Amino acid sequence: MIEVPDFRWRQALITAIAPVTARVKSFRLRTEIADAYRPGQHVDVRLTAEDGYRAQRSYSIASAPDGSGTIELMIEGLEGGEVSGFFHEIAEVGDAIELRGPIGGAFSWGPADGGPLLLVGGGSGVVPLLAMLRHRGAVAPEIPALLLYSARTRGDAIALDEIEARAGTEPGLSLIFTATRSGGRRIDAATVAEALTTLGHPTRVFICGATPFVGTAATLLVEAGVAPGLIRTERFGG
Amino acid sequence: MATRGFVGRRSPEETQKRLPPGQHRVEDFPILQIGPNPTIDLATWRFTLREGAKPLKSWSWDEFQALPRTAWQGDIHCVTKWSKFDTGWEGVSFDDLLADARIAAPTDFLLAEGYDDYSTNVPVADLAGGRAMIATHYEGAPIEPDHGGPARLFVPHLYLWKSAKWLKGLRFTKKDEAGFWEMRGYHMYGDPWREQRYTSD
Ligand SMILES: Cc1cc2nc3c(=O)[nH]c(=O)nc-3n(C[C@H](O)[C@H](O)[C@H](O)COP(=O)(O)OP(=O)(O)OC[C@H]3O[C@@H](n4cnc5c(N)ncnc54)[C@H](O)[C@@H]3O)c2cc1C
Repeated sequence: MIEVPDFRWRQALITAIAPVTARVKSFRLRTEIADAYRPGQHVDVRLTAEDGYRAQRSYSIASAPDGSGTIELMIEGLEGGEVSGFFHEIAEVGDAIELRGPIGGAFSWGPADGGPLLLVGGGSGVVPLLAMLRHRGAVAPEIPALLLYSARTRGDAIALDEIEARAGTEPGLSLIFTATRSGGRRIDAATVAEALTTLGHPTRVFICGATPFVGTAATLLVEAGVAPGLIRTERFGG
Repeated sequence: MATRGFVGRRSPEETQKRLPPGQHRVEDFPILQIGPNPTIDLATWRFTLREGAKPLKSWSWDEFQALPRTAWQGDIHCVTKWSKFDTGWEGVSFDDLLADARIAAPTDFLLAEGYDDYSTNVPVADLAGGRAMIATHYEGAPIEPDHGGPARLFVPHLYLWKSAKWLKGLRFTKKDEAGFWEMRGYHMYGDPWREQRYTSD
């Protein structure tokens, strides 16, 4: 049996807000669960209006457990989005929201799971993969890993500078980045083959992004000979 | 506790009445699954009822097609908080399966098992009496692989993770045994109207 956390709703305080890209903002939240999750997991966030009306959504944790007592969420502002709109237009440092978790043990990685570790992210789907990369960098930089990351443009890519810096300094970490709207191509059989050649055959694969991206990437990997049972997927929607 | 400045985008009264707590309505059909779609060939597809390890009855695709058909129309609810209204499904009811196998349910619980490494537990009482089917059609067409085709369990009164995709069989168990998500903190029963998302709900 896998250890099951306590899913009570808890107050969390926003301690910092920073832009990540033109569409994505980072939120630091002070919460008791800050050191009690596995990279890749998400939290459920709940907002309550004056009259009791509520909305809930899921957000992946972007940070690795770092002893700060906080977690980082990275939220893309969607036009007309009920919850992401609140985070982008209304939320301020010092505000409290409710959250619970961590949730989603299947889509999570720790050093004991080993590698080679293949991460495939599209757009904001890189968020839970970033937590895995940060954790790997902090505690197990020797584990071979490769991030295949696709975003619309360089400017739309989340934490690309950080990821490039990691790939430059951490042994065994490679990055294949493709900007689909500025000359790069979408992830296809050739990109997947290049990733598998660079990394060697993975023992863990995590794919995250919008629904069509995840479906395409999963199919390409299975066609390239990766055992389906090694692949875990998470879809943000869209 | 109210969240400072949060107003929300309320749906019309009739929509809200049909939404279990914490859910919101979507028009598209999101996809949630733990891994890739398995490759399934209808020529070798089999659906098997088991009691523990012992097979009780099994059907080929053609045999399965010959079973009586059931249709259902209504709302579905996913634990990731979306609900979709007025969906139409067709397949073979759990009752008709047991009738064709000429058996009564040997235990009160079962695990629905997929062609991937997924499983989920459901009490027999929640499948019998016309409450569930093995669905093969969605909105009049064969269910696409992304939504669990060729055949998935369909238990619309529980959160959709109970409606295992790419169903391979149903395994009767003596006790209520946790499946894939239930082992990872999701609720053993999963009633959306009682918002039973996670173990402590
Ligand atoms: C496990 C998991 C992890 C996730 N992690 C992240 C993450 O790390 N970062 C992230 O950014 N997202 C993440 N998501 C997605 C997130 O949960 C939300 O789905 C997303 O933020 C959109 O929610 P929303 O309330 O802003 O938009 P919603 O209000 O749900 O609307 C979604 C879209 O539909 C449109 N829309 C729907 N109804 C209407 C209407 N009536 N009027 C106008 N427009 C409408 C909106 O404009 C918007 O574009 C994750 C999802 C899952 C399942």
